[in-house]
Amino acid sequence: MIRWIRQQLGFDPPHQSDTRTVYIANKFPHHGHYIPQRFADNRIISSKYTVWNFIPKNLFEQFRRIANFYFLIIFLVQLMIDTPTSPITSGLPLFFVITVTAIKQGYEDWLRHKADNEVNGAPVFVVRSGSLVQTRSKNIRVGDIVRVAKDETFPADLVLLSSDRAEGTCHITTTSLDGETNLKTHFAVPETAVLQTVSRLESLQAVVECQQPEADLYRFVGRITVTQQEEEIVRPLGPENLLLRGARLKNTREIFGVAVYTGMEAKMALNYKCKSQKRSAVEKSMNTFLIIYLGILLFEAILSTILKYAWQAETKWNEPFYNQKTEKERNSSQILTFISDFLAFLVLYNFIIPISLYVTVELQKFLGSFFIGWDLDLYHEESDQKAQVNTSDLNEELGQVEYVFTDKTGTLTENEMRFRECSINGIKYQEINGKLVPEGMTEGTPDGPVSCLNREEELFLKAVSLCHTVQISYDQTDGPGDPFSHANGFTPQMEYYASSPDEKALVEATKRMGVTLTGSSVEGMEIKTFGKTEKYKLLHVLEFDANRRRMSVILQKPSGMCILTREKVMFTKGAESAILPYTTSGEIEKTRVHVDEFAMKGLRTLVVACRNFSVDEYQDVDRRLHEARTALQHREERLAEVFNFIEKDLEMLGATGVEDNVSLSCGHFHRTMNILELVQQKSDSECAEQLRRLARRIKEDHVIQHGLVVDGASLSLALREHEKLFMEVCKNCSAVLCCRMAPLQKAKASDLVHVVRLFKTSPEKPITLAIGDGANDVSMIQEAHVGIGIMGKEGRQAVRNSDYAIARFRFLSKLLLVHGHFYYIRITTLVQYFFYKNVCFITPQFLYQFFCLFSQQTLYDSVYLTLYNISFTSLPILVYSLFEQLVHPHVLQSKPALYRDISKNSLLSFKTFLYWTLLGFCHAFVFFFGSYILMGEDTTLMGNGQMFGNWTFGTLVFTVMVITVTLKLALETRFWTWMNHFVTWGSIAFYFIFSLFYGGIIWPFLHTQDMYFVFVQLLSSGSAWFAIIIMIITCLFPDVIKKVFFRHLHPTNTQKSQMYTNREAIGDDFIALQPLSRAKNPLGKIRIRLSFQMEEAKISVSSEYDTAQIRSTGEDNRPLIAASPPSPLVQPPAPYP
Amino acid sequence: MKKEEEGSERPDNTAFTQQRLPAWQPILSAGIVIPGFLLIGLAFIGIGIALFLTSQTIQVLERDYTGYEQTSPCFTCSSPSAKNCTCEITFSLDKIFTGPVFFYYGLTNYYQSFRKYGVSKDDNQLFGDTTYFKNPQDSCFPYQRDSNSRPIVPCGALPNSMFNDTFELFHEVNKTKKRVPLDGKGIAWWTDYNIKYRNPSFVNGSLANAFEGTEKPINWPTSAYELDPTDPNNNGFLNQDFLVWMRRAALPQFRKLYRRITEGDYAAGLPAGDYFLTIHYNYPVLNFDGRKMVVFSNVSWMGGKNDFLGIAYLVVGSLCVVMSVVMLIVYAKYKFKEDS
Repeated sequence: MIRWIRQQLGFDPPHQSDTRTVYIANKFPHHGHYIPQRFADNRIISSKYTVWNFIPKNLFEQFRRIANFYFLIIFLVQLMIDTPTSPITSGLPLFFVITVTAIKQGYEDWLRHKADNEVNGAPVFVVRSGSLVQTRSKNIRVGDIVRVAKDETFPADLVLLSSDRAEGTCHITTTSLDGETNLKTHFAVPETAVLQTVSRLESLQAVVECQQPEADLYRFVGRITVTQQEEEIVRPLGPENLLLRGARLKNTREIFGVAVYTGMEAKMALNYKCKSQKRSAVEKSMNTFLIIYLGILLFEAILSTILKYAWQAETKWNEPFYNQKTEKERNSSQILTFISDFLAFLVLYNFIIPISLYVTVELQKFLGSFFIGWDLDLYHEESDQKAQVNTSDLNEELGQVEYVFTDKTGTLTENEMRFRECSINGIKYQEINGKLVPEGMTEGTPDGPVSCLNREEELFLKAVSLCHTVQISYDQTDGPGDPFSHANGFTPQMEYYASSPDEKALVEATKRMGVTLTGSSVEGMEIKTFGKTEKYKLLHVLEFDANRRRMSVILQKPSGMCILTREKVMFTKGAESAILPYTTSGEIEKTRVHVDEFAMKGLRTLVVACRNFSVDEYQDVDRRLHEARTALQHREERLAEVFNFIEKDLEMLGATGVEDNVSLSCGHFHRTMNILELVQQKSDSECAEQLRRLARRIKEDHVIQHGLVVDGASLSLALREHEKLFMEVCKNCSAVLCCRMAPLQKAKASDLVHVVRLFKTSPEKPITLAIGDGANDVSMIQEAHVGIGIMGKEGRQAVRNSDYAIARFRFLSKLLLVHGHFYYIRITTLVQYFFYKNVCFITPQFLYQFFCLFSQQTLYDSVYLTLYNISFTSLPILVYSLFEQLVHPHVLQSKPALYRDISKNSLLSFKTFLYWTLLGFCHAFVFFFGSYILMGEDTTLMGNGQMFGNWTFGTLVFTVMVITVTLKLALETRFWTWMNHFVTWGSIAFYFIFSLFYGGIIWPFLHTQDMYFVFVQLLSSGSAWFAIIIMIITCLFPDVIKKVFFRHLHPTNTQKSQMYTNREAIGDDFIALQPLSRAKNPLGKIRIRLSFQMEEAKISVSSEYDTAQIRSTGEDNRPLIAASPPSPLVQPPAPYP
Repeated sequence: MKKEEEGSERPDNTAFTQQRLPAWQPILSAGIVIPGFLLIGLAFIGIGIALFLTSQTIQVLERDYTGYEQTSPCFTCSSPSAKNCTCEITFSLDKIFTGPVFFYYGLTNYYQSFRKYGVSKDDNQLFGDTTYFKNPQDSCFPYQRDSNSRPIVPCGALPNSMFNDTFELFHEVNKTKKRVPLDGKGIAWWTDYNIKYRNPSFVNGSLANAFEGTEKPINWPTSAYELDPTDPNNNGFLNQDFLVWMRRAALPQFRKLYRRITEGDYAAGLPAGDYFLTIHYNYPVLNFDGRKMVVFSNVSWMGGKNDFLGIAYLVVGSLCVVMSVVMLIVYAKYKFKEDS
């Protein structure tokens, strides 16, 4: 894509400088040296094809798939050499598949074209030569000043110049980019903010310098140089000045902005990246099987060729009098005929790898995945969200998961924060009925807001209500006035928007307690303390980042405030470990104790502190901040440096404890677990020693389940040097909890990814699943075999990058235990059955070569060859693979042990593969030699003494085969819906009807009439009927015996529970009529445990330990739970009654 | 964005979407399988006995007349140099050979299933399309045209190699040979004779004229329109022997129906006595190690003598019974867990 852009732009990549210089309104400097940079136009091109290149490009892409290419080769071979089957037999299916795919892709591309045109042709207003001109979106050039009105989306990445507000702010929502629903405030630099009209903008002389386009939505480094009265003013530009394409303007009447990144260079466009292709374990096994079958195919073809020449060595076989060769044949080169014979055999046997396998698998995955979205049990009533399937390629992988990686916050919990307790100046308080009650006091305080708070309490509450980035939204903002001018109190519709749910909970809590945030804008903040409005001027925001784990605001206090003498104050809040070291005064020790207590109760803690600046101090701070913010190089590092300089000498104010509603009746560890710890490891050797100790401990006591707690620092130590040892310990634990993960978000992500990759690449190659809800989980989600996104409150980033998205964590159990199980069973049977039926199909063909001098004579008619996979045997397996249910979903969910029956890709093990393949060969031998013995006795099979020919022989084999193969699937089917009945019996009936019809007419367009009345003659023979019946029974009879014996002597858990369900559930009409969620209560017999319950599958969670031992502090302290796979250590599954 | 859409995301609560379609869920349990096997086994044994007995009632008489051994009456004829050779084999029946009797010839080691041999014919010619008489299909090579480039009709290896031994059967009655009438009708499939193959339309009232400008197949003694001098309706492509030949055998050892004995004194069968079969020996088979034979057989409703089906039914039926007994023993011994 980038190369394409460059080609379109016509310049070479090396000439690009690191920055781009944008002359606002394209007022280029007048000195002569200036060479204008060239930028992409604002056209968005998401389509892949044009009318002209569609056919060649699409064909090229399709034939890049190895399977299509294989069939193309076969087809070409058939065209080129004299082969036994007509090219139509393989050309037609290939043509069909290619055409359908091309139509689908063409349609999708047409939709993209339409969408592109709509976007590119959307009307926009651009300031050109002093007036507002309406043009199309695609005509916007870099440097154009664009006007965007309320609720419009931005047509390009714009640097905000001015808005209709005096302070030059605007609100946007980036829902369509990152799914975050909160309002974000963006700013204009003061010099341009005043240019609120077109005419005034005309006078603007300014240059924007910024980095070249990059995909990161949250990074923008640039500066603007405004020339005013011969004086150049330089201002920094950051992400808060940039309005991203695709975002929407809110609460602001209009803005002007200058386009800096356009078209395919806009950040949104750069984020159109194709997700990496994940392949499921089943697909990998399938490819292995395909290679084995390719081997069988080549072997049969080579063997046949060699045997043919061995036979032909004798002239009497080579050229009997009745079948003489032409001169040309006699004289052609031996090698050439050898090759052409080999190719002819290849063509003859190529059906062993059927094209329909791919089509059926794709169809099954595509159609089957609808069931996830349709499932009412995965539908979340409150948020009106159903499960979402982003890729259907991994359906069956859901049944294979061995390790679950999850992010705790927001995933396990639901991000429903509630303020619970706080510690102010060393005293612990609780919130009771919206009042702050010191610990130990009873609830007897009078009603109504307490109007007398002491100084510390008031300061603390003010700090909490001021130190944040919460936005206020008013429901009715259409009024002419600026919502922030509502100086006389807040409207009841006022609502807080925060990117972090903690902040929202805190601000709402202070509101209940009497300190209400009523206004928040770029210039200032407004709070009402018991009715008294105070206005603070917002000087600086030291934004939160995951590295510092704190954020600060520097405010100028309203005049007339007398609590503190100095004017400028900074409030800081953050994780306790990020603040405590920098505090110098206040009740530090008591607060620390309180924070620990809060953490033990499972509350999310934040510490609040403040610092007052003297005038000199502030000037220094201000200057440093300005320098760092305007730096074009290493801005982040310099900012971090300055932040660290500022955030010191803090005065401790207190701490807050917010409860994160745990949505599940679960915790991380089971009560019976033996808890191991790997925490506070300081050095490599210490860590290794501890790991070894743990490993030994695990070996010593075999019975108990283990849980492991690792902290971030120890984890990275363990990962750096002792991967294997760490893996060893982890694998033997039922649950591993990583807490206090390395704070730096990127590092943390990479640590997680590291762990995930570690598990993925360990010798057992277990299947991993990662589940998370936030942008920070994306890398983990993408790395794991299956990535699941939670549609939580932290935006849709995780959902977009996931393979499946569900509304709540607890839905995971049904997704894995029921859907995963079903899909896995379905697809594995589908794959195996396909191989089986094609072995049945082709082996008689191979055997027949021994009876036709290896002359590549086909046993079946061409039409039968073509239709076998397409119509005679296609539908039953498709319907099976969509509807099969080995065990009732209730049982699957209530007995997670059943999940173990299918773990480790057990149904596609080499043993089962061998079983199906050998079964196919055996059946083929029965069909062929059964028919051979029947006909080989040379007696007539008809009452009128007439004889059958070769086509009747082939048709007999074919008839037995179609029926047997269909009935074999019927034996495998356990869930017979009306559709299964319809397609199973319908397929057999269709075969008979079709054959009667096909053989009953002289087809004028057919080259030969070989099949004319063959089928009728066959059916008119009583012996043939008896033979068909006996051959079918002979094929299926051993299989039935095998099934019965295995079921009774070595029943799998699945089979046991089938008996169980039969007894318990069948006949209970209630189940059949009610969805699972509704059927729970009346079903006393089948205990459905509501809680997420996978003890047997070993992802177990229970809450006590967590709160006792693990602190969840800070905002970004998300533990990782890695649950280990079923192992013999686990308690045995509940016995079945 | 989604919230702007009308209506709820709530999935439909139908049996289909919730995967709750009513379904029959059979389980192959011992309780069903044991009696099932017993019943099937007994039924199969019954059918097997019936089939076997039926097969036993059928009489078959087979004689090799290749002349490979020196003692064989046809030895002299088997040499390639012999022309218009006739030989005679005798057989005697000590009891009546119940009619209708079917008279087959058989060939071994003969690969009618060879691919190129099988396609070496022109279906359009055989459907009476005279445009293909001038230009036979390429698949007929090397039997497309003769050495003078005249088109061969019917072209191709398959018609060219048509079996051309003929037989006459005599019954010795009172020391005189009485010719047994052989019925050449109804030996080919009805559909082949009436629909699939067509003679070209008569030209000037004669079939021969329709073949004007074509050459007979190289190995044929006569042209297609002169195959049966006795019956004008048995000529051209609609000659029954030709049609029988054109239906390729599946396997290298095959029989083809030659005649039926259904007429006159022999309608009820061949009475006991001595028979003489006169063979007009034309067809060479020794160069590919083949054998030729004649077979007399009568048929039942299930066709000719075929012990295989009866035995197969008996074997599978017995196995079913045995397995059901074995399963019963296992059942009793292990007390199937499901029933505890």
